[in-house]
Amino acid sequence: MDLRFTADELAFRDALREFFGANLPGDLRERMRLGHMPSKEDIVTWQRILNRRGWAAYSWPMEYGGPGWTPVQRMIFLEENQLAPAPEVSSFNITMIGPVLIQFGTEEQKQRFLPRAANIDDWWCQGFSEPGAGSDLASLKTAAKRDGDHYVVNGQKIWTSTAHHADWCFCLVRTDPQAKKRQEGISFLLIDMKTPGITVRPIISIDGSHHLNEVFFDDVRVPVTLLVGEEDRGWDVAKFLLGHERTGIARLGKSKERVRFAREMAREMRTNGKPLIEDPAFRQRVAQLETDMKALEITQMRVVSAHDKSHGGKPDPLSSLLKVKGTELLQATTELAMDVGGPLSMPDWAHELAALSNEPELGPEWATEATRSYLFLRAASIYGGTNEIQKNILTKAVLGL
Amino acid sequence: MDFDLTEEQRLLRDSVERLLADHYAFDKRRAYLAEPDSWSRALWAQYAEIGLLGLPFAESHGGFGGGPIEVMLVMEAFGRVLALEPYLATVVLGGSALRLAGNEAQKSAMLPKIAEGDMILAFAHGERQARYDLTDVLTTAKPRGSGWVLDGGKSVVLHGDSAQRLVVSARTAGDRDAADGITLFLVDAAGNGVARRSYPMRDGTRAAEISLSEVEVGNDDVLGEVGAAFPVIERVVEAGIAATAAEAVGAMETMQAMTLEYLKTRQQFGRPIGDNQVLQHRATEMLMELERGRSMAMLAAMMVEEPDAAERAHNIAMAKVGVGQASKFVSQNAIQLHGGIGMTEEYAVGHYFRRCMVIEHLFGDTAHHLSRLADEIE
Repeated sequence: MDLRFTADELAFRDALREFFGANLPGDLRERMRLGHMPSKEDIVTWQRILNRRGWAAYSWPMEYGGPGWTPVQRMIFLEENQLAPAPEVSSFNITMIGPVLIQFGTEEQKQRFLPRAANIDDWWCQGFSEPGAGSDLASLKTAAKRDGDHYVVNGQKIWTSTAHHADWCFCLVRTDPQAKKRQEGISFLLIDMKTPGITVRPIISIDGSHHLNEVFFDDVRVPVTLLVGEEDRGWDVAKFLLGHERTGIARLGKSKERVRFAREMAREMRTNGKPLIEDPAFRQRVAQLETDMKALEITQMRVVSAHDKSHGGKPDPLSSLLKVKGTELLQATTELAMDVGGPLSMPDWAHELAALSNEPELGPEWATEATRSYLFLRAASIYGGTNEIQKNILTKAVLGL
Repeated sequence: MDFDLTEEQRLLRDSVERLLADHYAFDKRRAYLAEPDSWSRALWAQYAEIGLLGLPFAESHGGFGGGPIEVMLVMEAFGRVLALEPYLATVVLGGSALRLAGNEAQKSAMLPKIAEGDMILAFAHGERQARYDLTDVLTTAKPRGSGWVLDGGKSVVLHGDSAQRLVVSARTAGDRDAADGITLFLVDAAGNGVARRSYPMRDGTRAAEISLSEVEVGNDDVLGEVGAAFPVIERVVEAGIAATAAEAVGAMETMQAMTLEYLKTRQQFGRPIGDNQVLQHRATEMLMELERGRSMAMLAAMMVEEPDAAERAHNIAMAKVGVGQASKFVSQNAIQLHGGIGMTEEYAVGHYFRRCMVIEHLFGDTAHHLSRLADEIE
């Protein structure tokens, strides 16, 4: 047993740091450091910089344009990218549709979509949830009826992150409403967002941002060549997608980066007549978070190490544990950053900051952004399978109850 | 980064588990508790036979040259069955003090005896006023003739009643809380001026209050350098934290398994109580805490021999916090999910609960270490 990285892994990490140091644009790094949500342009810019180096599709094998890294290298990459702090590559492109096409796609689909997904020439979104199908995903109703060499899609998706940016949507649709089991009769379709009949409506979330959408499909014609896997077997594809590369889900680097930032800001803020960083209650809260992060770090290393040994076998049900604990920490660390700002974290002056950039300063951007982030990340324990669903998975897969 | 065991480590784990499976059914444990020392001398001899008692000692001292990972595996297995024998006191605490501070004569006189099962040690450091502060030593040692004379008292000395020799800390210089000026002595437990009052701890293991009144020891009984024992004491305690962290993980594993079994078999409202989602999620949270504890016990074991003292102390304090919180969650909920039966002396879960409770209060509790970590923040 040994916790330490090998010399090769350390050299790998140093090479990443050097690259990030030299190639991450300074203004982008500063925006990320202050806690801004990266814009579409920010994400595209950084993912293309990474892709030129061959790193954007960090989890893909080399034959498909990935770097062919080991699970340990991928873990190091994600953490260093988050610590930089740089925008994260599009998970829809890289850890969802990419691996799905590599596993299930036709040769034509792979050639058409993979290079563009890596370079984010296509921005992908995920059409899974519906108003009546949240945690109970298999009850989805959006229908796709075969009509010659097309499917005709009708229905509605919801909570579709960044659909308003998207060029393409990978969608679960019902192709056989008569199937005996609900999981049967579902298919996995790739839909061009420019197809007539698609309407995207914004959902403004409690942080004030437009990230989520409703997507309506009204007689949308999709060529059958855009079916992934077999018709009526889309549930297998979805299960593969949800089980793939879950170790990154803890986003531990992000939590670490937020605590580092909160500690930095706590030197500037005061409480009871002294710097906040000297306040015993604050210090204890930080110590607890750092202890919890350390525990999760070791657990993540255990999961990744087991994954490494099994040469990428089946997903470890303990990745559900990483999701639950990782998102709890992400929420707790962003809450910490917000609390450091105190009353300065409460104003919602993002719009004024943008519009009146020549006016006298309103207050620290980082404080208002910390609150935006705190609010936005209430979703972390809901998306990707709610934390309660993750506990159901653990209950069945590990406890056998 | 590697979490695999070597072939030898796997063999070690298997042989310990086999031995304990044969000898530590819960009714047998009850019988050991009723023996004079509240542990089994017969089993101690078997531990010696399969090499457990010399595990972390050098081969030249009758040992097996194992390290903290090997100790972790043994302690985890002990934790699963709540083994009562004074392994922590003798091999981990006393043994570490000897290994780290002893001169060649002391080591070759004592370590082989420990390995053979003929020597029980106790680490007599804590004092009644000190709570968890390792520097708070009031017991004194004053030079007299060619040796020293010790006066004072040691409190909650684990297995202090069955030990033949005590590793006693005493102040040879400095004031109450000074790190400098503390010295370790090897003291004959049956020697003149040593009075021991023994009692059971809440988990059934035994400990003793030890008073030292004009206890004379020779210069050759000084363990390590005069006045410079504090770094050794810290390392002994760190080894103790790592070992009990692993023991707590073993205890948590058993509690988790017992609770799951109970959820599957106990029927209420015409179905197993484990059909209730609220209990399923509680059991899942117990699992997550167990895994947190396991990660932290591994961290502690892998840090015991870290040369950078600050790094070592920092990580081991984090491990103590993580394991303490995890084991408290698992044990409190193990009782809760069992309901009334979990409250009974007759049933095993309450014994595991109490062992974890005692472990949390050894070597600094969660709040103590959390506060140390908080103090480090710059």
